[in-house]
Amino acid sequence: MENQLLSIITFLPLVAAVILALFMRGDDAAAKNGARWLALFTTTATFVISLFVLFRFDPSNTGFQFVEERQWILGLSYRMGVDGISVLFVMLTTFLMPITIAACWSVETRVKEYMIAFLVLETLMLGVFCALDLVLFYLFFEAGLIPMFLIIGIWGGKDRIYASFKFFLYTFLGSVLMLVAMIAMYMDAGTTNMVQLLTHDFGSETFSLLGFQVVGGLQTMLFLAFFASFAVKMPMWPVHTWLPDAHVQAPTAGSVVLAAILLKMGGYGFLRFSLPMFPVASDLLSPLVFWLSAIAIVYTSLVALAQSDMKKLIAYSSVAHMGYVTMGIFAANQQGVDGAIFQMLSHGFISGALFLCVGVIYDRMHTREIDAYGGLVNRMPAYALVFMFFTMANVGLPGTSGFVGEFLTLVGIFQVNTWVAAFATTGVILSASYALWLYRRVVFGDLIKEALKTITDMDRREKAIFAPLIAMTLILGVYPSLVTDIIGPSVSALVTDYHAALPADGAELAMH
Amino acid sequence: MASIILFAPLIGAIICGFGWRLIGERAGQVITTSLVFLAAALSWYIFLTFDGETQQITILRWIESGTLGSEWAIRLDRLTAIMLVVVNSVSALVHLYSFGYMAHDENWHEGEHYKARFFAYLSFFTFAMLTLVTSDNLVQMFFGWEGVGVASYLLIGFYYRKPSANAAAIKAFVVNRVGDFGFALGIMGLFFLTDSIRFVDVFAAAPSLAETNLTFLWTEWNAANLIGVLLFIGAMGKSAQLFLHTWLPDAMEGPTPVSALIHAATMVTAGVFLVCRMSPLYEYAPQATAFITVLGAMTAFVAATIGLVQNDIKRVIAYSTMSQLGYMFVAAGVGVYSVAMFHLFTHAFFKAMLFLGAGSVIHATHHEQDMRYYGGLRKQIPMTFWAMLIGTLAITGVGIPLTHYGFAGFLSKDAVIESAWVGSSFAFWLLVVAACFTSFYSWRLMFLTFFGTSRANGHEAHGHDAHGHDAHHHEPHESPMVMLIPLGVLALGAIFSGMLWYKVFFGDEAAVRGWFGMEAAAHGEAHGETAAAHGTEAAPAETAPAETVATEAAPAEAVATDAQAETTLSGEFQADVSAAPKGALVMLPFTPEEQAVVDTRLDAEKAAAAEHAPTTIINAAHVVPTWVKLSPFVAMLIGFAMAWLFYIRDPSLPRRLAAQQRPLYLFLLNKWYFDELYDVVFVRPAKWIGGFLWKRGDGDVIDGSLNGVAMGIIPFFTRLAGRAQSGYLFHYAFAMVLGIVILVTWMTLFGGAK
Repeated sequence: MENQLLSIITFLPLVAAVILALFMRGDDAAAKNGARWLALFTTTATFVISLFVLFRFDPSNTGFQFVEERQWILGLSYRMGVDGISVLFVMLTTFLMPITIAACWSVETRVKEYMIAFLVLETLMLGVFCALDLVLFYLFFEAGLIPMFLIIGIWGGKDRIYASFKFFLYTFLGSVLMLVAMIAMYMDAGTTNMVQLLTHDFGSETFSLLGFQVVGGLQTMLFLAFFASFAVKMPMWPVHTWLPDAHVQAPTAGSVVLAAILLKMGGYGFLRFSLPMFPVASDLLSPLVFWLSAIAIVYTSLVALAQSDMKKLIAYSSVAHMGYVTMGIFAANQQGVDGAIFQMLSHGFISGALFLCVGVIYDRMHTREIDAYGGLVNRMPAYALVFMFFTMANVGLPGTSGFVGEFLTLVGIFQVNTWVAAFATTGVILSASYALWLYRRVVFGDLIKEALKTITDMDRREKAIFAPLIAMTLILGVYPSLVTDIIGPSVSALVTDYHAALPADGAELAMH
Repeated sequence: MASIILFAPLIGAIICGFGWRLIGERAGQVITTSLVFLAAALSWYIFLTFDGETQQITILRWIESGTLGSEWAIRLDRLTAIMLVVVNSVSALVHLYSFGYMAHDENWHEGEHYKARFFAYLSFFTFAMLTLVTSDNLVQMFFGWEGVGVASYLLIGFYYRKPSANAAAIKAFVVNRVGDFGFALGIMGLFFLTDSIRFVDVFAAAPSLAETNLTFLWTEWNAANLIGVLLFIGAMGKSAQLFLHTWLPDAMEGPTPVSALIHAATMVTAGVFLVCRMSPLYEYAPQATAFITVLGAMTAFVAATIGLVQNDIKRVIAYSTMSQLGYMFVAAGVGVYSVAMFHLFTHAFFKAMLFLGAGSVIHATHHEQDMRYYGGLRKQIPMTFWAMLIGTLAITGVGIPLTHYGFAGFLSKDAVIESAWVGSSFAFWLLVVAACFTSFYSWRLMFLTFFGTSRANGHEAHGHDAHGHDAHHHEPHESPMVMLIPLGVLALGAIFSGMLWYKVFFGDEAAVRGWFGMEAAAHGEAHGETAAAHGTEAAPAETAPAETVATEAAPAEAVATDAQAETTLSGEFQADVSAAPKGALVMLPFTPEEQAVVDTRLDAEKAAAAEHAPTTIINAAHVVPTWVKLSPFVAMLIGFAMAWLFYIRDPSLPRRLAAQQRPLYLFLLNKWYFDELYDVVFVRPAKWIGGFLWKRGDGDVIDGSLNGVAMGIIPFFTRLAGRAQSGYLFHYAFAMVLGIVILVTWMTLFGGAK
C-alpha cells in the first residue's frame, strides 16, 4: 500500500469520474444529488488518504519519498514521488477539492459532467505535483487544461468563448516551447527521469545561434522555453491578461480551482525545473524575473484600483500576489523560496475564499458589478465578517497566512536587490487601497438598492465551506512552522545546490 | 502574569464578539470590561513591583526560515511595564465609559445590536496594542502594529453607514500602510545586516551598525542611520507625524471613546514607543535622530497652528494630540527617551480625559460637535466642566515654575522643552511657540464650550435632521456615573502622575538609569551594583565576551505562568559591542564634539555646581539657563491671556481678525491644504494611472498585439472546430497528444541518444 499511496490519491478521483460517466444515468434530482455526493465523498476520501502521505512524510529527508516506478507503454517509465517542495501542493489540492465540490452544489446544469470535470481535473493536478518523469509531467500539465477549458466553456459566463480562446492562445505557445525544450533535455541527458535530470549538468557554455551570442548556452535556451510556459501559468506580467478574462467567465468553483491550484503549477515548475536544472541561466536571467515581478505587483495593483467588476479586481490582485512568488523563487535564498512556497499555499486559501465570497453574492444577485452592491453588512453580517477576514488576509495582515509569505519573499529579495524590494513593498500600500475600497463599496454603507432589500445571509452550507479556509489562514498565520518545518530542509538543499552550481559554472563561463 | 495581561483582552474580544448572541450583549460588555480591568490591575502590580530586570517569556514559535527566527514572546522590561499600565488603564476606563456613551446611539435603528461589536473591537484593539508593546522581536511588533491599525480601521468606520466614516477608515489604514512600508523595509534591512530580527541580537549589533555601510537603492548609507530613518517612517504613520498625519483628524469620525483610547492615549504613541524601544540603535544613528527631532518639532508647531482655528471640538483635540506627539519625538530625538516616555505617560491621562470629557459634552448636547454651537455649558454639566478644566490645566502645563509641583503636563512638557534646548535650539523655539498655541487653543476650547451664553439656537438650523428623538430637544444633561467615574480617575492621573513619577523619568541620571534597569553609566562609577541575578546569556555564545556575565538561574518568582519557557535575559553593556545592552533603554554620554556645543548652551554656574557633570543629556537638561526653564510657563501665560482676550473679553475679535487675515485663516482652517495636495499628487494620479494601464496597457498594447496574431488564428480554429462550443478543446487535446506522440517517437527512434 505504502509505496502506491501517491497513485491511489492521484487516480481515485479519476475512478470516481469513470464510475459517474459509465453508471450514472438520468437527469432528475436524485441523479444530480448522487453525482454531487459521490464527488464530495471521493474528494474527501482523497484528502483523508493524502493525510497519510503528510504524516508519513519525513521532512529531514530532502530526496523524493513515496517513490513509485514501473514500466509503462513504449519504453516509457511511470515515476511518481514527492519531496518537501511538492508534498504540500498535493495537500493543498486534496484539501481544496472537497471545498470546491461543496461550493458548486447549487449548479443545476449538467451536474454529472460538471462533477466529472472537477474529478478529472483533480487527478491531473495531483499528477503534476507527483510526476517524476518528464513525459508524465508534460501529460498531466497539459491535459490539466482540458477540464478547465470545459468548465469555463460550458458552465461559464456569456463571453466564455473569448475567454477560453485567450487562455488557449497563451498557453499553447508556452506548451509548444516547453515540449521542444523537453525533447532537447532528453537528447542532452538521455533520460526522462526527473530525478536524474535534477542532477544532470546541462551545458552553459556560450554558443552562437543565428549570429547571436547565447550567454549561458543550452541552459538559457531551455530556461526560456520553460519560462514561456510557466510565466503564462503564473501568470507573470505582461502575459497575465488571460487571467482576468478567464476568471470573470469561469463559474465560481472554476475560479477557485484556477486561482487556488492551477496558478501554482507555474510556480511549482520554476522550483522543480528552472532553479535546480538551469541554475546558471536562472542566475543570469533573475534580474529580468525580478523586474517583471516588481512591475507585476505595482502595475496590476494599480489596475485593480480601476476595476468595476469584483472578479476582475480579485484576479488582478492574484497576479500581484504571484509577483511576490516569482520574486521570492529567484531570490534563491532560504527566505525567498520558503516565502514563495508559503505564499502559494496561502494564496490558495485566500484567493479561493475571495472568489467564493464573490460567488456567494453572485448566486443571489447574478451580477459581479461592484456598483450593484452596497450596504450588504446590514443584511448579511456573517458574510461581512468572512469577507472582511479574507480582505485583511489578502492585504497581508500579520497573523494571517498572507503576511508570512509576503514578508519572507520580501526579506529574501532585499538581500539580493534593494530596488526591487522597495518597489515591491509599495504593493502593501496599493493592496490595502484596492482591497478596502472594494470592501467598502460592496459591504459598507447604507443599504439603499431596492434589489438588495431581500438578500439573505449565508446559509449553513456556505458557512461550512468557509470554515476550513478561515481555519487554515489563521493557523498558518499564527504557526507557520507547520509549513516551514516541512519545506525547510528541501528548500535548504535546493538553495545550497543552486549556489554550489554557480561559482563553478561561473568560472567555466569566464574561461570561454 | 504577563501572559494573563496579554490574553485577557483577546479572550474578552472573542467571547463578546462571537458569543454575545448566546450570552447577551450586556454580559458581553461586562465580560470584556472586567477582563480589561483585570489586566489593568495586574499591569499596575507589575509596574509598581518591577525590578528593572529584563524578562522574557516565549509562548510559541512563529515565522522561521533559515536563519530568520521569531517567536510569539513577551519581553518585559521597564518600557513594557509603562506601556502596559498606560494601555490597560486607559482601555479599562474607556470600556467603562462606553457603557454610558454607547447606551443610546442615534446612528443605529431601534433594535440593532452594535454594543457587543463595539466592545469586542475595543478589546481586540487592546490585545493588539499589548502584543505590540510586549514584543521581543520586530515582526511581532509589526503584528501588533498592523493589528492596532485594523482595530483602528474597524472602529473609525464603526458607523459603517456614514460615507465619511468609511472614507476616514480607509484613509487611516492606507496612510498607515505608507508608514508600514518604511517599517517593513527597516525590518528587512535589519535582518540583512544582523541576521536576526530579535531585539537582543539587534541591540547587541547596533554599535557595529554605526560603522557599517549599506547599499540601498541608489547609494551607500550608514546602516544605523538608514535603518533608523526607515523605522521612523513607520513611526510617522502610526503617530501622525507631519506628512503622514492627515488621517488622524479624519479618524475623529469614530465614536469618541475610540478617539480617547486609540487616537490619543495608546495607538498613536506606538511610534514614540518604537523609537524608545530601538534606543540602542538610535543612540548610534545621529542623523536619524536629528531628523526625528526636526520633524517632531515641526509637527508640534504645525499641528498647534491648525488647532488654533478648528471649530470641531474633537478635531481641536486631535490636532493637540498630534502636536503633543511631536513633543515626544523631539524628546526621543535629542536622546532623552525617558522623557519621551514621561510625556507619553502623562499625556495618556490628560488627553484621554480631554477626549472623554469632550465625549461627555457631545453626549450632553446630543451629538453636537461644533464649538460654535456650545457656550455656557459650565452650569449644566458641572462635573464635566471640572474634569475638562483639570485636563486643560494639565495640557497647558500649569505649575509652580522652577519647582516640581504642578499638573502632569507641566512636569513632562517642561522636561521635553528643557531637553530640547540642549539638543536643538531649532526644536526648542518651535516647541515654545507651540506651547503658547497649545495654551491658546485649549483655553479657546474651554471658553467657547463652558463660558459665555449658550449658542445652541443656531444648532437647530445648522445641523441634525429631525429623527423624532424626544431627548433631542432637551436641555444639555450631565452624563451618567459610568462616564464620570473614568473622568475622575483620569483627572487624578492628570494632576498627580507628573509629580509622582518625575524623579524616575527625569530626575537625576542614576535614578532614571536604575528605574529603567540600565547600567549605571557606560563610563560610570557604580558598576555592577544592580547586576544581581542574571539569566542565560542572550547574545550568541561565540561572540559573547567571556568575562562579562556569570550565568545564573533566572529568578524563580519572575512571571510564574504555566509551563512556559522562561529565561531572564541580560547582557551587560560595556565597551564591548557584542552583548546586548542591559535594561530598557540606552542613553550614551555626549561625544566630545557634542559636549563642546552643549557646554555653550548651559548655565555655566549651575553646571559647575551640579552634583553630576553634564556629560549626558539628562544631566545637562537640568542645568539649562533659568530663562529656558521659565519659557514654557511664560508661553502658556501668553496663550491663556490671548484666549481670554479673544473669547471672554471681546468675542468679536476672532471674527475681525479672521476677516483681516483671511488667507492665513483659510490656510490654517484648511489644515495647510495637505489633503488637497495629496489628492492631486497621489490619489488622483493613482486612479488615473490604474485606469490608463488597464485600458491602454492591458487592453491596447498587450491584448492588442496578441489579438493581431489571434485574428489570423481564431477564425482558422473556429472553422476547424465547427459550431461545437467546446470545439477548440478537441483541438487542444489533439495538439497535446500530437506532442506526446512526437516525443515518444523520438525516444523510441533515438532512445538513449547519448
